[in-house]
Amino acid sequence: MKRETQPGQQNQHWNRRDFPEAARQALAAQPAADSPFEHSQTRRNVRHATDVIQAKRNAVTAELHEWQALRRAGAAIRAHTLEHLDHYLLEFEANYTRRGGRVHWASDAAEARRLVLEILAPHAPREVIKVKTMTSEEIGLNACLEDHGIRPIETDLAELIVQLGHDRPSHFVAPALHISRGQVRDLFARAMRQPNLTDSPDDLVAAARGYLRQKFLTTPVAISGANFLLADTGGVCIVESEGNGRMCLTLPDVLISIVGIEKVLPRFQDLEVFLQTLPRSATGERMNPYNSIWSGTPTGDGPREFHVILLDNGRSPILADEESRQTLRCIRCAACLNACPVYHQTGGHAYESVYAGPIGAILTPQLHSMHAAQSLPYASSLCGACYEVCPVEINIPEVLIHLRSQVVQQQQSTLTGSLGLWNLAMQSAAFLMRDSHRLPAAVHLAQRLQSALVSRNGFIEWLPGPLSGWTKTRDLPALPAESFRDWWQRTRSANSPSSPGAHPNPESSTEQRHD
Amino acid sequence: MTNPQSNSRQLILDRIAAALGRDTAAAASAAPADYAALPRDYQTATPAQPAQRIQKFLDRLHEYNAECMRVGSESEIAPAIAATLTTRSQSSPTPFWLAVPSGIPPHWLPASFDFPLADPLTLDELNRQPGILTACSVAIAETGSLVLQSAPSQGLRRLTLVPDFHLCVVFESQLVSAVPEAFARLNPDLPTTFISGPSATADIEMTRIKGVHGPRSLHVLLVAD
Repeated sequence: MKRETQPGQQNQHWNRRDFPEAARQALAAQPAADSPFEHSQTRRNVRHATDVIQAKRNAVTAELHEWQALRRAGAAIRAHTLEHLDHYLLEFEANYTRRGGRVHWASDAAEARRLVLEILAPHAPREVIKVKTMTSEEIGLNACLEDHGIRPIETDLAELIVQLGHDRPSHFVAPALHISRGQVRDLFARAMRQPNLTDSPDDLVAAARGYLRQKFLTTPVAISGANFLLADTGGVCIVESEGNGRMCLTLPDVLISIVGIEKVLPRFQDLEVFLQTLPRSATGERMNPYNSIWSGTPTGDGPREFHVILLDNGRSPILADEESRQTLRCIRCAACLNACPVYHQTGGHAYESVYAGPIGAILTPQLHSMHAAQSLPYASSLCGACYEVCPVEINIPEVLIHLRSQVVQQQQSTLTGSLGLWNLAMQSAAFLMRDSHRLPAAVHLAQRLQSALVSRNGFIEWLPGPLSGWTKTRDLPALPAESFRDWWQRTRSANSPSSPGAHPNPESSTEQRHD
Repeated sequence: MTNPQSNSRQLILDRIAAALGRDTAAAASAAPADYAALPRDYQTATPAQPAQRIQKFLDRLHEYNAECMRVGSESEIAPAIAATLTTRSQSSPTPFWLAVPSGIPPHWLPASFDFPLADPLTLDELNRQPGILTACSVAIAETGSLVLQSAPSQGLRRLTLVPDFHLCVVFESQLVSAVPEAFARLNPDLPTTFISGPSATADIEMTRIKGVHGPRSLHVLLVAD
């Protein structure tokens, strides 16, 4: 499948090393020069946080006997929306505009940034307040605002912690879950000039409340994302906990929401599904403290100007592939991150992507038309825990395998890739296994050739050339004198239907490891 | 001169139509018919009995650290509010009062206290109000949620956000069991706020802390009717 490359969607904000390399650094005992925090502490924090959320999530999903029916409905509504995405976007645009809102369309990150600057220009703000938004991170908005002399102030507590620490978010529901309270205390004490601040979470939260209150009351422009857009009412739905979202949506004169085109739902009524599944999946709460749903600019209640920027930035081509289209059903609950054994060990930074964890592993490379982050589809053991917890039934393992095959095809299409050792080895294996005569012939040949390599204990301890990568850290059992196929042939060929001996050919067993 | 915006709009719509293997023009046509066939078998739950419903609502409010008082009739609202004001004034080092939106029925308000009108207040003035009193549109037992919509008794959305104390009057007839029942009662065209407990965060080591930017105290007055 061919996808067009889109200019400007690269985000300079994130490096793109391969997952194994980035994970190794994230897990190293010594932090890299650019990381403010010690890694062993980070790993403890990530494990603690994901364990806590996961346990709460399991409890509140188990108590709802209609949970599976809600997942089915959620998956069906999102799949239906994606099949008619253009229709519902146009319906949203018409209804939202009718109520005084303004819709802008951004085909890529650069256009979205330019639109934000154009909307801001007549108001010439020195500061803007921000609600946690993944799309802002995706288009690298904060760096762009700073370049233009506008200071973005993150108002979500975790985002504020990340911003003050010059760090990166590591989780898209709890971006600072890798940071401990002692580390937060040090950041706040410095930034808010409160040297006597304690590390009790109550005091830290009170400090953030005091620090941000005046900003909420006086800053004229806010920037947000949105959880859902509603086609039938032109509605926007924002789900949050702290009240910083409501502050940003109701107090400033101007509000700009940057929203991925896939976020639309057909009807207001559809929220009855997602306002049950999202909070329970995301934070393990039956309902998060605040949900706001409104459209346009209601008289006297909220901003006088409300802009929605519909962001494509690599989403529309994903619709073309029927197998991986389900990626766009995602409602960003991050349950798959908390459930993932790989994320549990590495934390979010190892993915080097705005979207971390299992969903990030399938979304990020597709947003880049498979031209970046090709190692992420391999950052999984395919255990399926992500699929099991997903509230919109995205079969992440299925998509991971699908994307892996695309990565392989991509590599095969280049000269260096097709002549690369890995491809040659796989092609040879495919050639041998495709035919019922070739494989036994190859095994017989290998049985004869291996003798020089087999040591006295029956293991191969050294292999030449690139194969030494395997034997450097482990021994390889030698091929047995009789292969399984030969044994099967000998004992169960057409004229001997009876069972072979009680002990099937002990020589061919590879279980006798001597480690 | 071409407008870059209309170009991007068309570009995105074309990309979507191409990816879905359709004509762009088809998008503007009538609503997709298969929407009606989407599975909705989660709606099978039968509404709980009133007593169970109320108990569940009280349990949820308790878990959120919200306070709840109950009275037997609408005529007891005013004395209950007077009691709250007295208790709160005694425990607070600074003067305490409740501001009200214009649609609060006068007979809810005890005569011996002042209730400044909240709608005309500037943001700074609102920030100096210690508390706010409102009604609600619907409440949900399963999730312990209060749902407020734009109505004269529920006020502008900022009224229940900026002051540090929110007292909300809920009638038992407004209480439903589960989220879908609430949606059936809401007007989709009004600005809507779901409030489930006082504002909170768990961003620091997953410890739930009550009261970040919204009201740190949420009181519910549940009225039998």
